Amino acid sequence: MADDRDRDSTEVAVAEFHKKIKEAFEVFDHESNNTVDVREVGTIIRSLGCCPSEGELHDLIAEVEEEEPTGYIRFEKFLPVMTEVLLERRYRPIPEDILLRAFEVLDPAKRGFLSKDELIKYMTEEGEPFSQEEMEEMLSAAIDPESNSIHYKDYITMMVIDEN
Amino acid sequence: MNTPNLEDMGCGTSSATKDKKSEKALKAALVIQNWYRGYSARLKTRQRYALTIFQSIEYADEQGQLQLSNFFSFMLENYTNVPEKEPGLVTRLFGSSIQDKDRQDYLGLIEIPDSYCGPRLQFPLTFTDIDLLIEAFKQQQILHAYYVLEVLFETKKVLQQMPNFTHTNTSPSKEITICGDLHGKLDDLFLIFYKNGLPSVTNPYVFNGDFVDRGKNSMEILMILFVSFLVYPNDLHLNRGNHEDFMMNMRYGFTKEILHKYKLHGKKILQILEEVYTWLPIGTIIDNEVLVIHGGISESTDLNLLHRIERNKMRSVLMPPIPMDGDRAEKKNKLGTATVALGIRTSGSFSEQLTKQEWEQVIDILWSDPRGKRGCYPNTNRGGGCYFGPDITSKILNKYQLKMLVRSHECKPEGYEICHDGKVITVFSASNYYEEGSNRGAYIRMSSGTTPRFFQYQITKATCFRPLYQRVNAIESSAIRMLKERMISRKTDLIRAFQLQDRNKSGKLSMGQWAFSMENVLGLNLPWRSLSSHLVTTDKDGNIDYMSGFQDVHIQKPVKEVQSSLIETVYRYRSDLQIIFNIIDSDHSGLISMEEFRSMWRLFKSHYSVHIDDSQFDELAERMDLNKDGSIDFNEFLKAFYVVHKFDQLNKSDTKLA
Repeated sequence: MADDRDRDSTEVAVAEFHKKIKEAFEVFDHESNNTVDVREVGTIIRSLGCCPSEGELHDLIAEVEEEEPTGYIRFEKFLPVMTEVLLERRYRPIPEDILLRAFEVLDPAKRGFLSKDELIKYMTEEGEPFSQEEMEEMLSAAIDPESNSIHYKDYITMMVIDEN
Repeated sequence: MNTPNLEDMGCGTSSATKDKKSEKALKAALVIQNWYRGYSARLKTRQRYALTIFQSIEYADEQGQLQLSNFFSFMLENYTNVPEKEPGLVTRLFGSSIQDKDRQDYLGLIEIPDSYCGPRLQFPLTFTDIDLLIEAFKQQQILHAYYVLEVLFETKKVLQQMPNFTHTNTSPSKEITICGDLHGKLDDLFLIFYKNGLPSVTNPYVFNGDFVDRGKNSMEILMILFVSFLVYPNDLHLNRGNHEDFMMNMRYGFTKEILHKYKLHGKKILQILEEVYTWLPIGTIIDNEVLVIHGGISESTDLNLLHRIERNKMRSVLMPPIPMDGDRAEKKNKLGTATVALGIRTSGSFSEQLTKQEWEQVIDILWSDPRGKRGCYPNTNRGGGCYFGPDITSKILNKYQLKMLVRSHECKPEGYEICHDGKVITVFSASNYYEEGSNRGAYIRMSSGTTPRFFQYQITKATCFRPLYQRVNAIESSAIRMLKERMISRKTDLIRAFQLQDRNKSGKLSMGQWAFSMENVLGLNLPWRSLSSHLVTTDKDGNIDYMSGFQDVHIQKPVKEVQSSLIETVYRYRSDLQIIFNIIDSDHSGLISMEEFRSMWRLFKSHYSVHIDDSQFDELAERMDLNKDGSIDFNEFLKAFYVVHKFDQLNKSDTKLA
């Protein structure tokens, strides 16, 4: 009995996931032909609440791409892969406190801020480096123009409020 | 022996700790980057959603045109059923005001006061007049009606000499620039001229329609374009867009702009403008290879036919040709009498209008949109023209030995978009079309044998760019507001649909049920699940409290005692009513009689199948006869129906009526 119920609720969950995924996909399907530009797939996946790293994203794209990459991803291939991701709750987003701790690691002197240069250095040289565009975008919102620094605690709070 | 490096300096620690430190930094960087990329993606998605909302609503509005157009046809065909009192009404609706004075007379009557310090044009026009206008408009001056009329008369005269399609050629040293919709956004035109240079013999331009409506400087744009055209008739090419249509102007703001800026001569300007529009060419063909038209094509597009038709007979998308079925002679007589009664200047024949086929060909050109799906389908979104697929594009381009189609008509986030395998380019030149930050504008430079080059821009009011999240917040709130206003205008229907599904009368529906009803009733294809958090409250089980969607908005009741459903209906159809009133009010006084108001409502009601008691409406009308003199100031009437957003700091000046 429990199995039946589990199966039913999974089916319902899958049906809802399918609709959610379809919605997100369609917004980027500019030509209304069930395909999206491969460069927007990352955005779609993230808009569904997942936070894959660049490396993980690369792998996902490989799964949904055609045998001979065309630059476009078809919905038929995207749907099953994405459904699995959602069902397995993969690539969960970073909780706020972990994010705060990450900033604190980069600020060992515990000043409460990072200088613009420091942030640029870390973001463009470490980990999975930002492109220039990504860096500029982050700076435009994060930086306090007077001190040329990022007060990360305030920044995080602001971003979190904005998302909710 | 070890070369000192940054990590060594000042650290007396062992290398193991150093590695651990840099590993921690690496991990921390990864966390931040990962989080940021997720956040950024969600921002961009929100931006996209907002644009989708704007676009859906815009097209749904345009679809309303079809209903209105059918209404006019219905009225015209059934005029004999209209009781004694009403023929005057129909006359007003369909009779064009008889041309009385000709140009010389009229212009001669206008005096330009000495106190006028706006620009003064010198005919015949030269490039100095273009500069003069631009400088004056930058200072927000208004061109005197005298000059406006002169320009319009001259433009009509010159346009009449031109064929339906302008043929022009480029060369490697003479590129041509193509601009898309401007919609009254003067700053965008200034920016284009600044970046790309003023039009001249060596710097030709094509402006691909929709110069007017929506923005607040449609007149100024038109004047600059027409004056430039008169100075360089062989190098500045104008194509007609679907908004170069006097009825569209009534709904989308240009008529209002003219009557506001030109209180004395506005009516005359509108009259002449109507004609000038009909003489605008349908399209431009560059190097016999590139077809530039405003909307698109259909599978039956016949360029030869389009080259031949009398384009000036295409008055408006809302005035399809009167059908001629049944006994031709009798119909002719009946309508022959009618046409006299209606004041249409015909000699009892239909020579004043295009055939149905010709008319539809033009509608297709002005209203169609390209889509990825193969084939050709009616454009249900807009209510006119069609959706055409890549196969249609190939077929038509091949048929006429063309290589590419350049069109406009659709707002694109990047200002331009290429589709159908590179054969169709959309170019849209009004940046921030829906809202500040909504999209870029673009123009194309091309010459034969080279790949087209795209130039993008975006006007910003702020002296420094606001960060992306603020801009996205702004357009998102704006889009959600519009959506809520839509919801409230269909409140009764929505509630009925919700309740049908809510068997237990719990006040709650599943996400799927809610989304289904929303899409069905509103007729908008939107990502409802993703938008639900902005529109309704959801409980912890994921079920939606459907009444919560109506909580923080309501339509202001101009009169307390009137039923909500009537208020809703008037609010919903206010744009259509505005057009109809504007037509009835042929002397543009802003007033119509109570009788006319009532008759119009009755006819409207029957055609649109609106189920509201006549008595309810009468009562509303009585109470809104603010002057108590038997006439209704319909602008005041319509203004009284506005939506109040609970958390608004601003007042009713927010609502956009037309």
